[in-house]
Amino acid sequence: MKLIRTLLAAATALAVAAFVAPTFAADDPGPAAYAQSLKGKRVMLVPLAMGFDLAQGWAHYLKTEVEAWGGVFETRDPNWVVDAGAQAITDAISSDTRPDVLIIHAPDLNSYSKLMKKAQAAGTYVLLVDNPANFPADAFVGSDWDRLGQLEAEAAIKGCGENSSKKIGLVQGDQANSSSLYQYAGIMKVLDKHPDFKVVAKPDSNWDATTSRNVTTTMLQQNPDICSIIDFWDGDATGASAAIRDAKLEGKVFLVTTGGGEKAADCDKLQDGTYGAVVMTELARQSGDMNAIIKFLLQSGQPAGTSHTYIYTLEKATTKADLKPDSCWDLKALQAEAAAK
Amino acid sequence: MAALPLGRKRDMNAIGWPNFRSLNQEGIVFAIAVVLFVAAAIGLPGFIDPNNLLAIVRSVSVLGILALGMAVVIIGRGIDLSAVAIMAMSVAWYLQLLNSGTPDGLAFAYVLAGVLAIGLLNGFLVAYADVPAIFVTLATGSFVFGYVRSQLITQDAVPVPQGHWVELLGGLRFLDIPIEVFVFAGLAFLFFLFLRYTKWGRYIYFAGDNPVAARNIGIPVRPMLVLRYVLSAFVALIAGLLTAASLHSINTRVVNSTLLYDIVLVAVIGGIGLSGGRGGVRNVLVGAALIGILLNAMTIIDIPLLYQNLIKAAILLGAIIVDGVINPRDEQTAQQGDI
Repeated sequence: MKLIRTLLAAATALAVAAFVAPTFAADDPGPAAYAQSLKGKRVMLVPLAMGFDLAQGWAHYLKTEVEAWGGVFETRDPNWVVDAGAQAITDAISSDTRPDVLIIHAPDLNSYSKLMKKAQAAGTYVLLVDNPANFPADAFVGSDWDRLGQLEAEAAIKGCGENSSKKIGLVQGDQANSSSLYQYAGIMKVLDKHPDFKVVAKPDSNWDATTSRNVTTTMLQQNPDICSIIDFWDGDATGASAAIRDAKLEGKVFLVTTGGGEKAADCDKLQDGTYGAVVMTELARQSGDMNAIIKFLLQSGQPAGTSHTYIYTLEKATTKADLKPDSCWDLKALQAEAAAK
Repeated sequence: MAALPLGRKRDMNAIGWPNFRSLNQEGIVFAIAVVLFVAAAIGLPGFIDPNNLLAIVRSVSVLGILALGMAVVIIGRGIDLSAVAIMAMSVAWYLQLLNSGTPDGLAFAYVLAGVLAIGLLNGFLVAYADVPAIFVTLATGSFVFGYVRSQLITQDAVPVPQGHWVELLGGLRFLDIPIEVFVFAGLAFLFFLFLRYTKWGRYIYFAGDNPVAARNIGIPVRPMLVLRYVLSAFVALIAGLLTAASLHSINTRVVNSTLLYDIVLVAVIGGIGLSGGRGGVRNVLVGAALIGILLNAMTIIDIPLLYQNLIKAAILLGAIIVDGVINPRDEQTAQQGDI
């Protein structure tokens, strides 16, 4: 009897198990694990400033995603002041609500290195975005500025054409920011392969539109037959374009620049002929890369500073000819969307 | 320049040579500017080209306009550190209002009222609350930037609406000369007339030289002080409109740039003493000429920005040192102190 009872119990257990098992199989362990490791995690973005298209775009896409998995997303606005950025990072690391992931837009190669090390030591994953720095962050997400410079140079050479003066002018940013230095290196790499093209001037704008206008005016004054100008950022290329307009050289000087692919800043100006080509960063994709690596790091369980990943955003030079309705993202639309919420 | 009649006699010695002991900073800077100009004209191809000379004048027009406002304030023994913030933020707010559909007249009235209010606030705090100008204007400058940036506009760069008069202003040319050159020249002439030939203009020198004595002889020192800050604020608005006209947008990042120091540099390098009561429009023109020639020549030679700043600073330092050697500080300045 005892055996039968045991068998019966076993059969019942088996039946129950068989009955329950299908629901177990339908219950994917993924979401639970995902929610457990992500819920309540804090992500903080410290860009150079919150007031320009790139930062506002990143913040929009990151916030949407982070809040969707139950995290907390915050930004800090150093407003282009390096010290203020350092202060924001310091405060963040030592606060009770220390972020689990810190996304830093570095102003130059070295300024924040020590702070980023401190953040990692405290257990915060550090992501570098857009501007590389001399620091082994957990991940770098952004442009390969050397490659970006090469694309600009190729666009300029194409814009000039074979029968042009083959004179190119550069309006650099400054001599400290990695994006400016690497961009220059990339441009020169391509021009070395095209020895008939030469750089006739390479002043700095210090990322300021008025300075860009003044140096471009001088450059065009000295070399009225320049066929292309590469300005290192769409934020100040408005100045270079004003100089070209004032010199009545519209259509004769092919202006190449780079930017975050915002509609008013880039696509509209390609459309009206202000810019000849813009090497645009696909902001939504770049933000998506950040989201992916954040989710990976938070689930990995590895201590901060363990691995170093480089995720370069795919770049391409866009001209008026290959503009599509979705070539740019629209800051105004994002702001309206945020305001509607 | 208040002691002009006395100084004149010492300008030349008995045999008619310039007396180098009477060379003041303005003279030194003017000499440096001339030397640089001649050297660049000989050494740099294209420098002497009329279009390049025009580009030089244009490149310092907005800077010069701002320096005119600063000069009037400094002559009255003050300083306006809020000038760049007022310039950028007033115009950014104006453009933002236009972009969001506010009628032009109304938007401009708002901005004008805002600029007037900040000028009055600066003047009131300095004149009646006796707070040092350097602190007042530093604070109002930060306030203007912070308030407008956080409350009134959504991002750093605000574009000029297509076809708006500000955009058309930027394309305006007379005899192929951009409009800002005429505005600079016109304002310089007006300021010259004001400082030299109007009663209140002359009073500014008295008030700057010795405020207490000026007040004792019945000059309305305090209302005049308020006027100067209002004037400086208006001049900043004009400079901002011209900047937006040329670039078809205004970027508020300029508030963080070295523009403010460049304005003070133009005024001071031209010989307007920070202790007040000295200088005039001519000093601003000399200072602006030196900076313009210097920057243009360095751009033609393709000197990197880092070295440009170094050279600019070295020349300023040199001018101040030479000034200090040939015009030693007198008892009066030593007692009053500079800013």
